[in-house]
Amino acid sequence: MFFTYVFRELRRRHRQALLTAMGLAVGVALVVAVTAYAAGVGKAQTQVLQSLYGVGTDITVSQQQKMDQSGAQKFGMQPPSQSKQGQKFNRSRVMTSPGQQSISATKLAQIAALDGVSDATGSLSMTIMNVQGKFAQAQSGSSSAAPSASSQSSSSGSSSSGSSSQAQTQMSPINVSQLSVSGVDTADLALGPLSSAQVASGRSLTSADSTSRVALITKAYAKQNSLAVGGVKKIDGKKFTVVGIVALPAGSTSSDIYIPLSWAQKLSDNTNKVNQIYVKADSASVIAGVKAEIKQLMPKATVTTSSDLASQVSGSLSSASTLADRLGKWLAIAALIASFAVASLLTVSAVSRRVREFGTLKALGWKGRRVVGQVLGESMVQGVIGAVIGVGLGILGAKLIAAFSPALKATLASAAQNGPPGAQQAASAAQAVTVNLTAPVSLELIAVAVGLALAGALVAGAFGGWRASRLRPADALRRVD
Amino acid sequence: MLYELTDVTKRYTQRRKQVNALDGVDLAIDEGEFLAIQGSTGSGKTTLLQMLGAMDRPSGGKLDFEGRDLAKMGERDLSELRSHSFGFIFQGFNLIPTLTAQENVETALVPWHTHADERRRRAAEALGGVGLADRARHIPSELSGGEQQRVAIARALVRAPRVILADEPTGNLDERTRDDIIGLLEQLWRERGQTLIVVTHDTWVASRASRRIWLDAGRLEEQPGAGRVELDDQFLAEAMTAGAA
Repeated sequence: MFFTYVFRELRRRHRQALLTAMGLAVGVALVVAVTAYAAGVGKAQTQVLQSLYGVGTDITVSQQQKMDQSGAQKFGMQPPSQSKQGQKFNRSRVMTSPGQQSISATKLAQIAALDGVSDATGSLSMTIMNVQGKFAQAQSGSSSAAPSASSQSSSSGSSSSGSSSQAQTQMSPINVSQLSVSGVDTADLALGPLSSAQVASGRSLTSADSTSRVALITKAYAKQNSLAVGGVKKIDGKKFTVVGIVALPAGSTSSDIYIPLSWAQKLSDNTNKVNQIYVKADSASVIAGVKAEIKQLMPKATVTTSSDLASQVSGSLSSASTLADRLGKWLAIAALIASFAVASLLTVSAVSRRVREFGTLKALGWKGRRVVGQVLGESMVQGVIGAVIGVGLGILGAKLIAAFSPALKATLASAAQNGPPGAQQAASAAQAVTVNLTAPVSLELIAVAVGLALAGALVAGAFGGWRASRLRPADALRRVD
Repeated sequence: MLYELTDVTKRYTQRRKQVNALDGVDLAIDEGEFLAIQGSTGSGKTTLLQMLGAMDRPSGGKLDFEGRDLAKMGERDLSELRSHSFGFIFQGFNLIPTLTAQENVETALVPWHTHADERRRRAAEALGGVGLADRARHIPSELSGGEQQRVAIARALVRAPRVILADEPTGNLDERTRDDIIGLLEQLWRERGQTLIVVTHDTWVASRASRRIWLDAGRLEEQPGAGRVELDDQFLAEAMTAGAA
């Protein structure tokens, strides 16, 4: 009887039932779409942070170089004498990454021993500048003709040839190339620069490689320089065997080559030193505490947590995130309240139009509870219909967002940008990452949406039921329809 | 004695004005009576029927049904009493428009939590009793006015109540159908010996009853129209006070 009555009523008033269900559906659909959008933005943000930062890293520690330590780099070349004119030259210089001061390994050990730190590892990144070419041959007899090589004050990092303004000198191109190399702790690759790397061919480094002259190169570098696994790469005159080619996420601040830390320290004369420390905390809640501890330990160091980094992310991704957070949330809440209100009003008005019907049932001895149950039952069925339509619309909305939203750009202004002016390379640390926005609809989200629709129906049914429960059986005798 | 009413009053507040729908009614009704309550519109006859049917409680006085004072019973007990002792027939039939004739009759058995099979059997039997066995699957809008009222009668009878209360049962019917319905009620009353209380302003309907009472301005009258002069006086008095103010 209960179900027969419920379904007959809904069929008779199918327009109103559909209207009520649609009211709930619109609210639910908005919640689904907005939540999916927010989840998508969150995912994009994680993706960006991971590419910039490495998977699993909670805190990074680096120390900025003092101003006077930077400046023009010298290549150990004197202005050439006449006799060297026309001769070839090839010089390289190893520098630890500009703007970053080395940190002693004891500090790393101290950080690793801090409370709340589950893992800490260090890396040493460096840049190897290589200048290659021929000394200029002066056309005139002027001995004061400045040799162009001397003007390659190198830290410009420009890879363009230094064909500078000395028009009167006849010169062959001088190539300045730059190679970034990172030394990594082969025993702990889960944290640090290679944590998000995927081996494309060959193998990764293992703890057995800690003193070997082996290297991992990035896919891009391998392609550029036609290097393959098994090949040999000379770094500062030493031969390294390429054991693997790795792919790093787009936009990551990757080096071209990764070698065991001990070799990087040897090449750069930085025994037992690193210039970047990666820290993994025990849990997200202790990150701030760990940061404070590190700050205490190394007052001059730049300690960056992933949330610091997230706050530095700007660009359309950041705007999208703000939009999802502020507007989206309130929009969804407002839509939900509105849809609950609409459903409630429609239900109450439906009950009001059935005064005589419910009055009659009460006159027949139906208890108030039974009448309220009937109204609630009808409302819940509308809620189920609303949930189905709403989830459908929500998924459609999420799909549309994913299909039509433009790719989002995230710009991370690196802290090093404010560092020494000589460290121009730092400018390139302002990373721009492009990610595609997705709007994933999870099962949990669908469950929540269904729950919300049913809750809305319950609220509407409760209002309607309250109205019905206030009817007196004597209302059945009203003459008016 | 089935009913015993002593000085029953019912007051409503309508548009900030107090209305005495029943004004000191004394009445006794025997089991098995066919009582017609007559009166003009607004005389309080429907209010009296509501009191007799435990749909509402009087504002004052004593209303005994089988020795229990309905004025002192709670909503739950009244609801229980309605489902067991009374059958209602309304002027507008008051059938649930979406349910079939059969299901409409079944609604009367819902408060009893009767098993579905038993409920169906009894409803079909009741419909057969009013000559509508072949219309059981039709919804009210597919039935004529007379047929709808027969369904309502079947709904009132399916629980075999002690009292059947009818409020203008033929008010919405043409003369021939009216005769049919009253004939049917009379026949059922004779066969089953239930108490039948009918509110009507139709003199022909009232003439079929075993006893007739008249209500005027909430008071019982021995003879129709006895209170007319009194009412007019009252009306005049009110008009004069209104004019003076």
